[in-house]
Amino acid sequence: MSTIVTLPDQTTAKLPKRNYINNEHGLMSWLLTGDHKRIAMLYLVSITFFFLLGGFFAGMVRLELLTPQGDLMSADTYNKMFTMHGIVMIFLFLVPSVPATLGNFVLPIMIGAKDLAFPKINLLSWYLYMAGGIFTIAALVLGGVDTGWTFTTPLSTHYLNTHVVTTATAIFVAGFSSIFTGLNFIVTIHRMRAPGMTWFRLPLFIWSQYAASILMVLGTPVLAISIVLVALERTIGIGVFDPTKGGDPLLFQHLFWFYSHPAVYIMILPGMGVISEVISTFSRKRVFGYTAVAFSSVAIALFGMFVWAHHMFIMGISNYSALVFSLLSMLVAVPSAIKVFNWGFTMQKGSITFETPMLYAMGFLGLFAIGGVTGIFLAALGMDIMLTETYFIVAHFHFVMVGGMLMAFLSGLHFWWPKMTGRMYPESLSKFAAVVTFVGFVLTFFPQFLVGYLGMPRRYHAYPAEYQVLNVLSTAGATVLGIGYMLPILYLGWSLKYGAIAGNNPWQATGLEWQIQSPPLTENFVEIPIVEQEAYDYEWLAHQKEVTTVG
Amino acid sequence: MANDATTSMHSEVVAPHDVHEHPWYQRHHFETAEQQREAASFGMWLFLLTEIMFFGGLFMAYLLYRNWYYDAFVSGSNTLSLFLGTLNTVVLITSSFTMACGVWAAETRKKGMLLLFLGITLFLGFVFLGIKGIEYKEKFDLNHVPGAHFDISEFVNPPAHSHEKPLPVDMANRTQIYFSLYFAMTGIHALHMIIGIGILFVLLYKAWQGVYTTGYVQPIENFGLYWHLVDIVWIFLFPLLYLINRH
Ligand SMILES: [Cu+2]
Repeated sequence: MSTIVTLPDQTTAKLPKRNYINNEHGLMSWLLTGDHKRIAMLYLVSITFFFLLGGFFAGMVRLELLTPQGDLMSADTYNKMFTMHGIVMIFLFLVPSVPATLGNFVLPIMIGAKDLAFPKINLLSWYLYMAGGIFTIAALVLGGVDTGWTFTTPLSTHYLNTHVVTTATAIFVAGFSSIFTGLNFIVTIHRMRAPGMTWFRLPLFIWSQYAASILMVLGTPVLAISIVLVALERTIGIGVFDPTKGGDPLLFQHLFWFYSHPAVYIMILPGMGVISEVISTFSRKRVFGYTAVAFSSVAIALFGMFVWAHHMFIMGISNYSALVFSLLSMLVAVPSAIKVFNWGFTMQKGSITFETPMLYAMGFLGLFAIGGVTGIFLAALGMDIMLTETYFIVAHFHFVMVGGMLMAFLSGLHFWWPKMTGRMYPESLSKFAAVVTFVGFVLTFFPQFLVGYLGMPRRYHAYPAEYQVLNVLSTAGATVLGIGYMLPILYLGWSLKYGAIAGNNPWQATGLEWQIQSPPLTENFVEIPIVEQEAYDYEWLAHQKEVTTVG
Repeated sequence: MANDATTSMHSEVVAPHDVHEHPWYQRHHFETAEQQREAASFGMWLFLLTEIMFFGGLFMAYLLYRNWYYDAFVSGSNTLSLFLGTLNTVVLITSSFTMACGVWAAETRKKGMLLLFLGITLFLGFVFLGIKGIEYKEKFDLNHVPGAHFDISEFVNPPAHSHEKPLPVDMANRTQIYFSLYFAMTGIHALHMIIGIGILFVLLYKAWQGVYTTGYVQPIENFGLYWHLVDIVWIFLFPLLYLINRH
């Protein structure tokens, strides 16, 4: 059942006198804050910076690939470009994107808490993230690193003379930032829920953050130890991965992918949570199959822990384990498909409107579906042996990570922007940007499926002339995509000062975060609310204006 | 869902914020001191879980290579000093006991006892590191440190009095993997000890100020958990590294 909701009249809305932004002033009040909302804003600024940095490297890669010859840069420089692109985008943008910005901001409010359980550790996470970023920039300024983001041994330990240890330190430190974020979220979700906020009344965003946090806590330490061993091998010459001393490089692959495959779900699960919120809000309907969607997040996290060796089908693992890992990898598609179908059924007979967050969410659905289905191609052993290390795989994970996750991030950012800043962004311009992003994305990455299927290998700066047409299309698409990403940065910045006042609940959404003022008070709630309604209860929203509180 | 107890309690005991008498250490975003204590303890256990995963990678590597190069691991293991290893195990277990006593002292609000037990724990931590240092120095003297100066002659031609089985050259080379893991595992363990000792200094100072003997025992409890974990890791490392095939 969908409820007809009339959106509030924003012309009468006023900015609240006191809120978390004007509560304290000065740079130090931001740098030493314990407020999860301020820390979220610190993260937002810093991940935007690193997104632009990573985007610059992507641009250089696409520019080099405009022509078949390696004419813009040398092969070594090209290697550094795609390595830095991968490291910056994965560790400094995608992993913290939704959890550390949107999650940090809305998670405590959604469950009716005044803050995360450990505000100081939350701030520490941001400083660790920044330290990781500084080490990355240091590696870059000192001359870059060209191992690929995967640090493959023995290439990274014996055959390269670039700044591997500096970069390893960066990833180690940034890894602890994400461990602490995950830990903080898990404890907060367990221990800080408002009275009446039972597990099955939690918004699905919380469930997906919870599942991703479990992966952060379990997976990231394994990445940490594997890069510590790489660094020890480079510096003092221990031989755990060194074949000349009896070590096995394949062990590094196992340890690295034990984290780095679940990392894919660390990146995508929070995005899926955003999509659940957005689709429900703009269909004015409870998410179809709430329990199934909630448990599918946990199932993705669980299955995701046991598929890592699908990155090693061509590396000499045994046929039997390849068979098992191939099957398990395909199984991950089941909970993912449960989500996609449930989102579809949520929209069925809903009162759908296409505000900007919804447009991005629509983009997510299409692109994530393609990314997911090509993932099944790659999980199949025979196909994988042919397609891995080609542009097909590059296109696959960009469809999931950029078409999926980045679309979800932008969707969530537009969705919660009125709550975070108290102001609206320009509606038609943002719709335009959403369409430009979608078109640019498809133009950039769809040709890469084709060129990969035709056999163009990844990670080379030059290629045979017959692949040029598709590469030119891809580079042209990247330009469009670049414009699509610059637009939100510009108009969101503009809206901080000139945007229309949003009011408490511009979308008529049901989450607790929409029942308080925008931007919220530093303590979120004057009185802790008592939750008596299920998640996504639009009837409750239509009929009850006041939230009951403790006291 | 242990949380339900606290939440339902809340909806019944409806008291506005300013009426409550909160203990001084309760932070504003917690509703009760009990909630804060549970959160801190839960967070600490999760952190210990990440530590287990961290060491888990090393144990995985150990398991693999011990199966592949068993003879090399036996020979490498037999060069370690059983006496020093056992002594260190005893030192560390004792320190865990004194740490547990420290937690008890904080809970029963005995400041003098708390200072005493934290002090003994700190001292034993230093003893452990000292003994570890002696062992490391021995490795350097015997050229058992992986790298350019690693010497396998002792494993290929063991001295007659040692009753060691001579290893073929390629297996003798694999002792380098054993010592790589020995240094990586005990080194990272020792690093955890050093961090623990650093925290102990802070705790001692604050305990001397009387911070932990007025009901605020969480930092002491959590540090106790950390110290026990470091101890438990050693209890796994000791047999795996020292006792592979002792007669
Ligand atoms: Cu994978």
